[in-house]
Amino acid sequence: MSGISPRRIGALALRYLYLLRSSRVRIVELAYWPTVQMILWGFITRYLAGHSDVLSQATGLLLAGVLLWDILFRSQLGLSVVFFEELHARNLAQLLISPLQPMELIVALMSISLVRTLIGVGIAVLLAIPFYGFNLFSLGLPLAGFFLNLLLMGWAIGLLVSALVLRYGMGAESIAWAAIFALAPLCGIYYPIATLPGWLQPLAWALPASYVFEGMRVVLLEHVVRLDFLLYALLLDAGYLGLGIQVFLATVHQARERGSLLQSGE
Amino acid sequence: MAEPLVIQVENLSKHYGSVRAVDAIDFAIGRGTTCALLGGNGAGKTTTIAMLLGLLLPTSGQIRILGEDMPRHRQRVLSRMNFSSPYIDLPQRLTVAENLTVYARLYGVRRVRERLATLGRELDIDAFFQRPHGSLSAGQKTRVALAKALLNAPEILLLDEPTASLDPDTADRMRHILTNYQRQSGATLLLASHNMSEVERLCDQVIMLRAGRVVATGAPRELIHRYGRKDMEEVFLDIARGIQRGEVVE
Repeated sequence: MSGISPRRIGALALRYLYLLRSSRVRIVELAYWPTVQMILWGFITRYLAGHSDVLSQATGLLLAGVLLWDILFRSQLGLSVVFFEELHARNLAQLLISPLQPMELIVALMSISLVRTLIGVGIAVLLAIPFYGFNLFSLGLPLAGFFLNLLLMGWAIGLLVSALVLRYGMGAESIAWAAIFALAPLCGIYYPIATLPGWLQPLAWALPASYVFEGMRVVLLEHVVRLDFLLYALLLDAGYLGLGIQVFLATVHQARERGSLLQSGE
Repeated sequence: MAEPLVIQVENLSKHYGSVRAVDAIDFAIGRGTTCALLGGNGAGKTTTIAMLLGLLLPTSGQIRILGEDMPRHRQRVLSRMNFSSPYIDLPQRLTVAENLTVYARLYGVRRVRERLATLGRELDIDAFFQRPHGSLSAGQKTRVALAKALLNAPEILLLDEPTASLDPDTADRMRHILTNYQRQSGATLLLASHNMSEVERLCDQVIMLRAGRVVATGAPRELIHRYGRKDMEEVFLDIARGIQRGEVVE
């Protein structure tokens, strides 16, 4: 088997950039929801800050939560929605009869997901500074670790969701939107994991995002960086991403056996 | 001296449960040949082409293309072949130039701009390079699909109904382009078509499929003679209806 080619990955990434560039509405849409969420939670923070000891200590707690959550959400969506576009455009068969390898397709999807996440969340992060005086970059260097961990988890879920849609058809597309919200209550975005019932906590600690949000609270409230949290999250991400890649590749292989790639192209 | 074989298919089958879409077929195609893969709907043409492209994995059997084992060395083989079909689309929102640039890079084409300019002139598509693919007519889309298929100057070109839905003038131009390309490059062309006059005009070899099996092979003239018919249209009807050669139907 020939190796992974950066040239082919670049070619596909270029295609996704062309697609993004072809519609200004899409670029606006990328930033729309993260910005609306940020505005909403900014007002909630203002209101609650006067009634909560925790929030009066760190007014950015909820805003940081919502912005970091959007990194996870946008990275997952950025990968799976672009993959769905291949299916909608009936272009997947066209790509897979080129020398492109499925692993190269995965890397290209990841790269465009990164671009879409940076655009979408980046605008909301920058607007939070003039709107509420909250600068996410005040988290310092740990922010890079949080970002990486959430991005990797988003990709893992995005690949699993894409595999599901490739296997069961576009009818399963709504799972792309729903899947990540099923995990939201477990991740401790706005509250510590200790708030969850005891039986749910082991499940929460099995998610990389839980370590990120706990770690974020420790930085904001105690001004301490928990490197162990970042490391646990990274190890879990490696496992989930490995699983996501394997499931996606196996689904493409299975589609070649079942002939469904052919049907998606006709 | 016989041309070296560039496509060798041995005992190739594709089964979906109890359905035998392709059932133990054998054929070989030499370099520089223009070969037609014929058969009625459901005969196994598309399934066979999909297996040659590695888009579908065979249940059993072997495919060797350009001397390489096809499913195993897919990437190596695919960079030297290409495919055009009106039934597989390009992204609608991208312009023609953007679509072709992406595929040129995927196929590792050097001097992409020059290659696009050459194909634009040859296929007369340069006037709408900057238009979104979705805004093109069926005939224009077919020419763009052919341009995509010729980007890497393939040694083997697979074509699924290359002139389907084209007016006679455009269809004739397409055939002219294909003939020229084949003559200049010495490439091997394998086309699935329902247009029998096209087959007679373009092809020097025919493989007839029926219910997933190869039922006849040979040059068009040879088949017409063998079946005692006046053209390939009649031969096709005989074979599609399961009539043996020389049999007279009331």
